[in-house]
Amino acid sequence: MTHSNDPRGASRRDFFKISASAAAVAPVVASTALHAQPEQKPDPFAPVEVDLVVNGQRRRMALDARTTLLDALRRHAGLTGAKKGCDHGQCGACTVHVGGKRTLSCLTLAVMVREPVTTIEGLAATDGALHPMQQAFIDHDAFQCGYCTPGQIMSAVACVKEGHAGSADEIREYMSGNLCRCAAYPHIVTAIQQAKTQMEG
Amino acid sequence: MRPFIYTRADDVSAAVQAAAETSGSAPANAAPVQFIAGGTTILDLMKLDTMRPERLVDINGLQSALGSIQATDKGLRLGALVRMSQAAEDPQIQRDYPVIAQSLQLAASAQLRNMASLGGNVLQRTRCQYFRNTSWPACNKRDPGSGCAALDGVNRKHAVLGVGDKCIAEYPGDFAPALAALGAVVTITGPNGSRAIPFEQLHRGPDQPERETTLAPGELITGFDIPAGPYTRRSLYVKVRDRQSYEFGLATAAVALHLVDGKVEEARIGLGGVAYRPWRSHEAEAALQGKPLDENSAEAAAQAAFAEAAPRRDNAYKVELGRRTLVRALLEAGRMEI
Repeated sequence: MTHSNDPRGASRRDFFKISASAAAVAPVVASTALHAQPEQKPDPFAPVEVDLVVNGQRRRMALDARTTLLDALRRHAGLTGAKKGCDHGQCGACTVHVGGKRTLSCLTLAVMVREPVTTIEGLAATDGALHPMQQAFIDHDAFQCGYCTPGQIMSAVACVKEGHAGSADEIREYMSGNLCRCAAYPHIVTAIQQAKTQMEG
Repeated sequence: MRPFIYTRADDVSAAVQAAAETSGSAPANAAPVQFIAGGTTILDLMKLDTMRPERLVDINGLQSALGSIQATDKGLRLGALVRMSQAAEDPQIQRDYPVIAQSLQLAASAQLRNMASLGGNVLQRTRCQYFRNTSWPACNKRDPGSGCAALDGVNRKHAVLGVGDKCIAEYPGDFAPALAALGAVVTITGPNGSRAIPFEQLHRGPDQPERETTLAPGELITGFDIPAGPYTRRSLYVKVRDRQSYEFGLATAAVALHLVDGKVEEARIGLGGVAYRPWRSHEAEAALQGKPLDENSAEAAAQAAFAEAAPRRDNAYKVELGRRTLVRALLEAGRMEI
C-alpha cells in the first residue's frame, strides 16, 4: 500500500530508512505526549518505546508509533514468519499469539502490546523438533503455496487449545478467519484433527 | 497511515481527560482524539485514510476497571473492555442470555473476537464501500454535504430500515441489535461526569450521517447493563449471510420471548444487517403481544417490522429476506427448551 498522502512526501522505502536511523540514535524514548512539556507541541514523528517479549526473548525498539506488531516482527525483529496478506485483518496470514491468544498482528500497534508474543518461529521445541501441528501440516500436505501457512498453524494451535476442534464442522467454523487462496481447507482440517490427538494425548 | 500521538491511560478519568483536549464541534466519531482498545475498526480505517485521528488514547490499561462480567438477579453487567470472545464463551451468558452469546459468537473471526472490546464493537463503522474507500468523492458520512454515492450505486448490502436521503449505510454489527432487543442501558463517562442512557438512544438516525452517535467527544463507554427479564433465557440470534462463517449479516434477528401457555406475554425483537442503526422493532413486538406464537403471528410480526422498509435498486431482497429471518428466529425461539 503506498502512502501518497504522507505529509512529508517521502516514499515508503525512505520512510523506513528514516525510522531506522531515528531508532539508531534514540534507542529508548519515553512514551511521548504525556511527558511532553505543555508548551511544546508533541511530535507525532518522534519514536516511541516498544518493549516486546517475542518467543521468550526481550526486544526493545524505538519505532514510529504507527508500526504494527506485524511490521515490528518482520522489519525490525527479523522474524518474517508471520505474513502480510491483506494488512486489514481480513485474511489471517499475520496471526500470532499475544498472551496465548490468537491475534491479528496487522491490526495491533506494536507499542500497545504488553503480553508475551509467540510467532511461528517460536513454536518448535528448542531441540528443533517440530510442534505436532507443524508436523501434521506436513504429513497431510495441508498447503500448496505456503503463504497462509504460518497464520493457519498459529490459529490451529489456538483452536485446539481453546477446545474448538471437537469436530470437522467446529474446526471449519473456528478456523474461518484464516483464508487459503489455494483452498487447502480439507487437508488443513485433517491436519488439525491429527495434531489435536497428539496435543491432548 | 497518518502520524498520530500515542498515549496510554491508566484510569478512566485520565483517559477522559486526555481525550477532552479536543475541538468541540467535531462529532465524537471524527474527533481528533480517539480511544483505542482492540483497534480492529480504527486501525483498519486509519490505514484506509477514512479515519484521521491526531491522537490515540490507549485504554487497555483500564482492564481491571472495565473488563469484568457480572451476572446477578437484576441482570447482566458487561464492562466495555470485555472482549467479544470472553462474553461469547461465558457459560452463564450462554445459559441465561443466549442471544448475547450467539450474536458475539457468530460475528467476525476467532482472532477478531479475541481482540475487539464490547465498547468498541457497538461503535464499529459501516461497511459501505463508498464510506470506506476515500477514492469515492461523495459520502455524506465522511464529508458532510458531498452527497451519497450509494443511493444510485451498488447498494446490495445497504439498509432498508431507518434510512434517509443523505445516507443508506447499513449498521453491520451483531451484538448491538441484541442489546437493543433486550433494552440494555449503556453507561458513559465523559469530561462532564457519568451518565446512563438506553442503548437505543446511543446511535443517531441519518439526518446528519457524519454524526453517528449521541456521544460527545471525549466520552467513553464504560459498560452495558442488561436487565434480567422472563424472556432472556428464551432468546436467540439468527444470522443470514453470503457465506456460512466470518461474514457480515445480510439480515439478522435477535429475538427474546416470554411465553405463557403458548401465548406471547412479551416479545423483544432486534434486527441487524437491514437497518441504518441497531434496530429494535417495537412494531413487531406489539404485533405479537398476546397472540399465540405460530406461523401466522410470526408472519404478521415480520410484516409489521418491514412495513416502512425503503429499498433501493439492489437491496429490495432484504425486505423478504429480513421477514423470513425474523419468522425463523421467532419460531425457533418458540421451540427452545428452557
